Amino acid sequence: MINMFEVNETNKMIEQENLDVRTITMGISLLDCADSDLSEVNRKIYEKITRLAKNLVSTGAEIEMEYGIPIVNKRISITPIALVGAAACKTSEDYVTIAKTLDKAAKEVGVNFIGGYSALVSKGMTESDLLLIKSIPQALATTERVCSSVNVGSTKCGINMDAVKLLGEIVLETAEMTKERDSLGCAKLVVFCNAPDDNPFMAGAFHGVTEAECILNIGVSGPGVVKTALEKVRGENFEVLCETIKKTAFKVTRVGQLVAQEASRRLGIPFGIIDLSLAPTPAIGDSVAGILEEIGLEYAGAPGTTAALALLNDQVKKGGVMASSYVGGLSGAFIPVSEDQGMIDAVQAGALTLEKLEAMTCVCSVGLDMIAIPGDTKASTISGIMADEMAIGMINQKTTAVRLIPVIGKTVGEIVEFGGLLGYAPIMPVNQFSCEAFVNRGGRIPAPIHSFKN
Amino acid sequence: MKKTIITVIGKDTVGIIAKVCTYLAENNINILDISQTIVQDYFNMMMIVDMNESPKPFGEVSKELDQIGEEIGVKIKCQHEDIFNKMHRI
Repeated sequence: MINMFEVNETNKMIEQENLDVRTITMGISLLDCADSDLSEVNRKIYEKITRLAKNLVSTGAEIEMEYGIPIVNKRISITPIALVGAAACKTSEDYVTIAKTLDKAAKEVGVNFIGGYSALVSKGMTESDLLLIKSIPQALATTERVCSSVNVGSTKCGINMDAVKLLGEIVLETAEMTKERDSLGCAKLVVFCNAPDDNPFMAGAFHGVTEAECILNIGVSGPGVVKTALEKVRGENFEVLCETIKKTAFKVTRVGQLVAQEASRRLGIPFGIIDLSLAPTPAIGDSVAGILEEIGLEYAGAPGTTAALALLNDQVKKGGVMASSYVGGLSGAFIPVSEDQGMIDAVQAGALTLEKLEAMTCVCSVGLDMIAIPGDTKASTISGIMADEMAIGMINQKTTAVRLIPVIGKTVGEIVEFGGLLGYAPIMPVNQFSCEAFVNRGGRIPAPIHSFKN
Repeated sequence: MKKTIITVIGKDTVGIIAKVCTYLAENNINILDISQTIVQDYFNMMMIVDMNESPKPFGEVSKELDQIGEEIGVKIKCQHEDIFNKMHRI
């Protein structure tokens, strides 16, 4: 039988070390909502989401109460809208009406984000994809809870550089249209390479076309738990360090597995996957950078950071895989700047640069995340940064992403405040040398040689 | 049978166990196991109970125990045992 020591250990993780289930995300297929009549599409989408997700928030709250484990977010991911709206939307404004419908549905069922205002264009853009991408700035400026993502590359197809060029401009335009709120719109827009179909984490979640009608994906977290466990093995060798991370990841993931099974049973919706991620929040002690410091670095960004992050990421997966029946999504350590107090401190101390962050993204999920840059950064420079990140994903057969926030009217050294889980960030300097001629070439980068496995 | 774990943590004082047990008895909740220690004046108790015969739903019991805890200055938590089994047993 369970003993007092074990009970206390679990409750200490929850109460003092910020152990939580970060998100229950309900994936809903909207493929059957396609229609040639726009108002019909909007009606069907609203009806389907509010019907299927009606009990999502209350069921989450019930599980929270009965097991004493906080479930921070309840969210929805949907089929990429560029597919659903293709037959009905003739202009970008048509797409914006769908964004507003999604926002309304999200508010009705009480979820804080709905992801999937997306297009998948790793090889080429259809007319519909193009219209949707062009509608993103207005969609994000006029809605509150809608999240957008665009997959512009993959290991199988290469990188769509036309889309990369366009998205540099779209990011800037989104920043401009939400400049009264410190360009917050860009926090809801992710550009991907190798985007997973079952990611439960925002802003990049969407319900891929390979998925079932309706599923539940769970994102677990717990950087604070890992850090506290590592405090007890200070000075020990790498074997001990890695074993400790693995065991802790196992325990954290088991809680996610339990919540997943319970939620699935109560809602009568199949369980999809658990995303084994260390997702930080701005709360003290809930930091991935804090783990890196505990491993032995003065600040995140110091020499050794990439190696420390690589081992952390790998051990989290090794521990987590056995704890869950299905693992998927992004699964890895997140290194967003604004959402992690330790990362913010590292930037302010001058220890962490954009280039070092780029190196770190080679060994963890997911990418350059929640990084504030000067508002006068050129669109081509943003595209160049995206292309670099997409190349890392394409060659290394992993997911990479870019969520940059060019803060209009602010520059290096200033602080931008997003509030809530999105946190705050010091604006980081960007390499000033031009990549315009490179970005302007147009076309696509061919698939890498190791994609030809047949 | 689904079991529930009740934990009580706080500064030691007279009558903590009595208060909690009285409430459980009044609500037809059967105690299967109790362990209790005092670490540096801090009272630490864990109970395994069976709530199946209780007329009140889980949420209400949990809320009322929380209130009792507040009255006597301790923290009382009520959780399904699954969360501990899942985390500590393969």
